[in-house]
Amino acid sequence: MTMNSQGRPSTPAGADSAVPETVTGNRGLQIEEALIFEQDSPGMSGVDLPAVPAMNLRLGAVKPRAKVGLPGLSEPQVVRHYTRLSQKNYSIDTGLYPLGSCTMKHNPRLNEKMARLPGFADVHPLQPVSTVQGALELMDALAHWLKTLTGMPAVTLAPAAGAHGEMAGMMAIRAALEHRGEKARTRVLVPESAHGTNPATAAALGFSVDPIPAGPDGRVDLAAMEAKLGPDVAGIMLTNPNTCGLFERDVRAIADAIHAAGGYFYCDGANFNAIVGRVKPADLGIDAMHINLHKTFSTPHGGGGPGSGPVVFSEALAPFVPVPYVVHDANGFRLVEGHEQGTEFGRMKAFHGQMGMFVRALAYILSHGADGLWQASGDAVLNANYVMARLQDTLTASFEGPCMHECLFDDRFLKGTGVTTLDIAKALIDEGFHPMTMYFPLVVHGALLIEPTETESKAALDQFILALKSLAVRAKEGDVAYFQGAPRLTPRRRLDETAAARKPVLRWTPSSEPALAAE
Amino acid sequence: MRYLPLTEADRHAMLAAIGASSVDELFRDVPPVARRSGPVEGLPGFAGELEVERQLAAMAAKNIAAGTVPSFVGCGAYKHHVPATVDYMVQRGEFLTAYTPYQPEISQGTLQVLFEFQTQVALLTGMDVANASMYDGATACAEAVMMANRLTRRKKAILSGGLHPHYRDVTTTDAHFIGFEAVALPPAPKGGEDLVALVDADTACVVVQNPDVFGQVRDYTSLAQQCQAKGALLIVVVTEAVSLGLLTPPGEMGADIVAAEGQSLGNALNFGGPYVGLFAVKEKYVRQMPGRLCGQTVDADGRRGFVLTLSTREQHIRREKATSNICTNAGLCALAFSIHLSLLGEDGFTKLARINHAKAVQLADRLTGVKGVSVVNDGFFNEFTVTLPRKAADVVEELAQRRILAGVPASRLFAGQLEDHLILAATETTTESDMDALTKALTEVL
Repeated sequence: MTMNSQGRPSTPAGADSAVPETVTGNRGLQIEEALIFEQDSPGMSGVDLPAVPAMNLRLGAVKPRAKVGLPGLSEPQVVRHYTRLSQKNYSIDTGLYPLGSCTMKHNPRLNEKMARLPGFADVHPLQPVSTVQGALELMDALAHWLKTLTGMPAVTLAPAAGAHGEMAGMMAIRAALEHRGEKARTRVLVPESAHGTNPATAAALGFSVDPIPAGPDGRVDLAAMEAKLGPDVAGIMLTNPNTCGLFERDVRAIADAIHAAGGYFYCDGANFNAIVGRVKPADLGIDAMHINLHKTFSTPHGGGGPGSGPVVFSEALAPFVPVPYVVHDANGFRLVEGHEQGTEFGRMKAFHGQMGMFVRALAYILSHGADGLWQASGDAVLNANYVMARLQDTLTASFEGPCMHECLFDDRFLKGTGVTTLDIAKALIDEGFHPMTMYFPLVVHGALLIEPTETESKAALDQFILALKSLAVRAKEGDVAYFQGAPRLTPRRRLDETAAARKPVLRWTPSSEPALAAE
Repeated sequence: MRYLPLTEADRHAMLAAIGASSVDELFRDVPPVARRSGPVEGLPGFAGELEVERQLAAMAAKNIAAGTVPSFVGCGAYKHHVPATVDYMVQRGEFLTAYTPYQPEISQGTLQVLFEFQTQVALLTGMDVANASMYDGATACAEAVMMANRLTRRKKAILSGGLHPHYRDVTTTDAHFIGFEAVALPPAPKGGEDLVALVDADTACVVVQNPDVFGQVRDYTSLAQQCQAKGALLIVVVTEAVSLGLLTPPGEMGADIVAAEGQSLGNALNFGGPYVGLFAVKEKYVRQMPGRLCGQTVDADGRRGFVLTLSTREQHIRREKATSNICTNAGLCALAFSIHLSLLGEDGFTKLARINHAKAVQLADRLTGVKGVSVVNDGFFNEFTVTLPRKAADVVEELAQRRILAGVPASRLFAGQLEDHLILAATETTTESDMDALTKALTEVL
């Protein structure tokens, strides 16, 4: 009998401890929950509204609709529904969430409280500017911090997410090229290790994407990059620290080369959290860089958004920003919504940006201060290097360290075992951890990209390391069935994604009707 | 610093395990020229909660919160009452602090919410299928136009003058950089646009809004048929989701794509964001849809479960061949939308819509009684336009001094145009005394 880290037997001692079948299908705190549409109690509502005042409808030529088809539930039923659903989620509040490149760090609740101050949350974006001076002041304060931390002279707060920020940055590059009368520059260099959004952004804007191979050290191959330069090159999109968790040592040479060739340097700042407050991007030769407020500055990911992706710009690109932006003059703060300089480009979303995220990010920044940010990026890098060092003898690290905020392993350690990276990830779930990022970046085989972040304690890291090492040993011992059956202790076991894509069922329909299937 | 769990002893032990003498040494790959020697100078140090609260509360206090004064501001963002349950539920850490549900076994909560959200959006808009949300209504509109370009292999969009100018601008920004044509018509508060006449063999789509930016409601059934007869798609934009509880939905009018703003349900005004874009299409177009989609499937034990699906459309798989570069969506805002709608239910939602309409009818009647004010619209939902004998921007500023938010001067959205037009919204939050205050103040300043 083996013992686990709690000192109890790690395999069931007898029939008594096996998971029983229950009548309800519930398993203790794991409660099965029907779709909200299957809980309809017609006529019921969880909101008490006053009677509709007597009136004649004034809808012109439009008819009132007959029926929407929504289910009726009382408030307690709704609360229970969403509470039960929430309990089927893993979250950063639950535990270590080492998704490389995604930066799952603690989300302070002070930030939530601040974003809900009525003076921010209950302000309409089209109120007279005289009634929103504090909101504009906050945007200006955040802009000041972002400019100071990066050393860059200009910033736009408009983009709604990182990928949207990439759009803004690449639009600025396009606008600058148009201004120079160089529309023929249509090729963008993108390293193979880039996030998928980089080539998608460049392609969406009509640039052709020219991939640059990675060198044996996991970084851009400078010679290969220089060989691709030419009069049709618009710029390079480089993630730094890169998606292998490494700092691009040749970044200055890359910047100089792209500038000498007449192009611009877009930096994907998704990994800015590794260097915030310790490295000055302006001194790396960057022309534009987006900053994911939901990564570096810890605004909550919310199960997939909302994000916010401000972009900082160099002198060269500063005139080419989207509207609107905030300026401060003798009369206070105001919004520039038109084209005052004549070089701005158009609007990227309605209104003025993700204000709710600005409040949270500024609360995070003020809480840390310059010294706290210095410590935070230091701890993020320390934690990643610690995980890398401790796993070095069991897993196969793809590149030599030191790494930055995340460490990359590949699946060579699984060679011949019949166990895959995916299997390891699924077994980690049973151990109580969210898996690391898998199969990304594409430059190594079967990637496992681990980003612990600075908000994990050493004890949490040690437990994670223990779990991962034990799984690696178990894989090498050939217990393939264990891995292929994992996870077993979750609300659902492995889901059939192929079937979901082959015959998509994308909405509920009453069972009497055929399920919608789009081919 | 309260968010950092490592102790000095931990740091030393960890550096020893790594074999490094200091954290600085771990940054040795950074060119020295860009490395800072210590915390950034000229910025303050760390601060406790109380101190941060004081600083931010001081900024918040300089704004007029819409709920503290009579407010009639709409035009794409609406003040509605959000039940307490909504904000409590979205702050559950399991929703708030989860990532995109890439590991479905431990993300069934988020995934089922998205599946229910997609169903709710499809029901509201009268469409077959909806995605798991977009950044906001304006970006959804631009994505809809690009989707129409892909579907029709044509490259021109006709934008009605009733389309919210921010939606128009986001679309024309994309048109400029991405390389398609967007023909934006001038503002038409009284309608009368002949959109069909503009549809030619290059036209991928016509974009209209209902209610339009001036609050006017229109039946687009015939427009849909005529566009489709010429091989173009009809995109209907909705900026006030509550209107879908009363008006014939775009799907019933024959819309091909609906792009909408969902802020009205569950989400605060937030000075313009974050909001939640709704995106719904006819079933046959689903594979050209942008954004995330959640689909139903079964797990290894045959139990129903949900996964993100059709991801071969998306950037993380397709890279430069993706339908869109979108990665993040508006997950938490979509959750708030969904919870609010679940609470309302069929009866609550349709009743809420009628109350909104009744308030607006009442307000329009009251304003008609003010000398010099005349209502432009013959049909509206909860928002309408009036003409004033003076510049609306000046009137709005004067009323703001009296702590009344009188609406949106059309010139704020259409610079230099329609200077005597004022757009006003009323919702279930509008009271009799709000209307009294507005009519009294207007009477005095006009």
